[in-house]
Amino acid sequence: MPDNLLEIRNLHKSYGEVEVLKGVDCSMKQGDVVSIIGSSGSGKTTMLRCINMLEEFQGGSISIDGQEIGYEMVGGQRRRKKEKEIARQRALTGMAFQQFNLFPHMSAVHNVMLGLVKVKKLDRDEARTIALKWLDRVGLLARADHFPGQLSGGQQQRVAIARAIAMNPRLMLFDEVTSALDPELVNEVLQVIKTLAQDGMSMLLVTHEMRFAYEVSNRVIFMNQGLIGEEGNPRDMFHKPQSERLAEFLKTSSFS
Amino acid sequence: MDIVHFADVLWLARWPILKGIGVTLSISLLAICCGTVLGVGVGLALTYARAPLRWIVRGYTDFIRGTPVLVLVLASYYVLGTIGLDLGPFQAGILALAVFCSSHVGEIVRGALQSIPKGQTEAAKAIGLTFPQTFAYVLGPQALRQVLPAWVNTAAEMVKASTLLSIIGVAELLLRTQELISRTFMSLEFYFFAGFLYFVINYAIERFGRYVERKMAVPS
Repeated sequence: MPDNLLEIRNLHKSYGEVEVLKGVDCSMKQGDVVSIIGSSGSGKTTMLRCINMLEEFQGGSISIDGQEIGYEMVGGQRRRKKEKEIARQRALTGMAFQQFNLFPHMSAVHNVMLGLVKVKKLDRDEARTIALKWLDRVGLLARADHFPGQLSGGQQQRVAIARAIAMNPRLMLFDEVTSALDPELVNEVLQVIKTLAQDGMSMLLVTHEMRFAYEVSNRVIFMNQGLIGEEGNPRDMFHKPQSERLAEFLKTSSFS
Repeated sequence: MDIVHFADVLWLARWPILKGIGVTLSISLLAICCGTVLGVGVGLALTYARAPLRWIVRGYTDFIRGTPVLVLVLASYYVLGTIGLDLGPFQAGILALAVFCSSHVGEIVRGALQSIPKGQTEAAKAIGLTFPQTFAYVLGPQALRQVLPAWVNTAAEMVKASTLLSIIGVAELLLRTQELISRTFMSLEFYFFAGFLYFVINYAIERFGRYVERKMAVPS
């Protein structure tokens, strides 16, 4: 077993001419909670999306548990893995999105069950039990049969987190999960993430909630113009920023 | 009186009229079914196929949609024969209507699929679903709900378009009606009656569509 859960080496990604990731190196150990901060356009969301192949990347490598994600070398040529294999690898990570992206035509419990039944091939009763357990963990057992349209934003996001985590991923990815929420709904979602962190879930979070990043993570990465500008433990990062860019960024963000 | 007289004539003409209704219903049903199956394929190709195939299918839909149905019906009956595909009027008519239906259904399906937010596909991918699974459980069911009203509309259009097959001699409701008129000279009465029957058929289709829509509605 390799010691690093996640290993990103020299990650390059561009959209046509525009290079958004310019050689990112990053690693995470089992149980790490890492927050990625930085101004918009710095590449933090893109990096997160590369990890589960929602974005293709042109150079470098990403591996989870020593397993190369998305691409393989065949006869000296870098080639995209087969779609089936990529789908299987995506199940190694769970992802929660800014816009929740719940399936609107399914009740909360069926949203959580879908992956368990179709990807993990569990039988429906077993899947239902697991789904209900996770809905209970995010405090929504009573809403299990509600449809997304009948839930508040915060509740939808908690269902979405339950849907991802019920798959028992090795690593959870959170992509600005509170950015689309009304201020009074932000806390219930952060509370759920905090509980997961305390349970030892490995997590990578892109967030604008500086106070939350400070409290929940054991490491913070500051991204700047497609590169990692600075990283370290939250105390040092927020109180003694080394680079001018980070100091400036913290000043303009709400952290105080 | 006239009404009583018409009722008498109508009673005598009941068999041709019922047969006409039967033929109209079979034409419509077959055209809608074949057209829908074909149309779903067209819609999928318009949305997901790679460039050369997508262009071909795009050309097909644009061409068919830009052609009057009557022209399609005549071409299918008279032109296909010249290239060795000899179809009877009934088959040729259904072919024309099915092709016409498929181009409309294809556009409806494409529109519905493209209106589903990208986040749905991403969320499905993120839990490890393959594309066929994503389509079967996430995109398809959502598209189906969106397609339904427009599809019911197309189905009603097909019933109306089935009258065009009278031109190539298919004994559907309109042709039967015209035959009765030429025998009885009661044109006003019989045209009204035929119109009423078409209305009943389409009204039933519309009610059925509404019913299915209600059944499938997502609570919110």
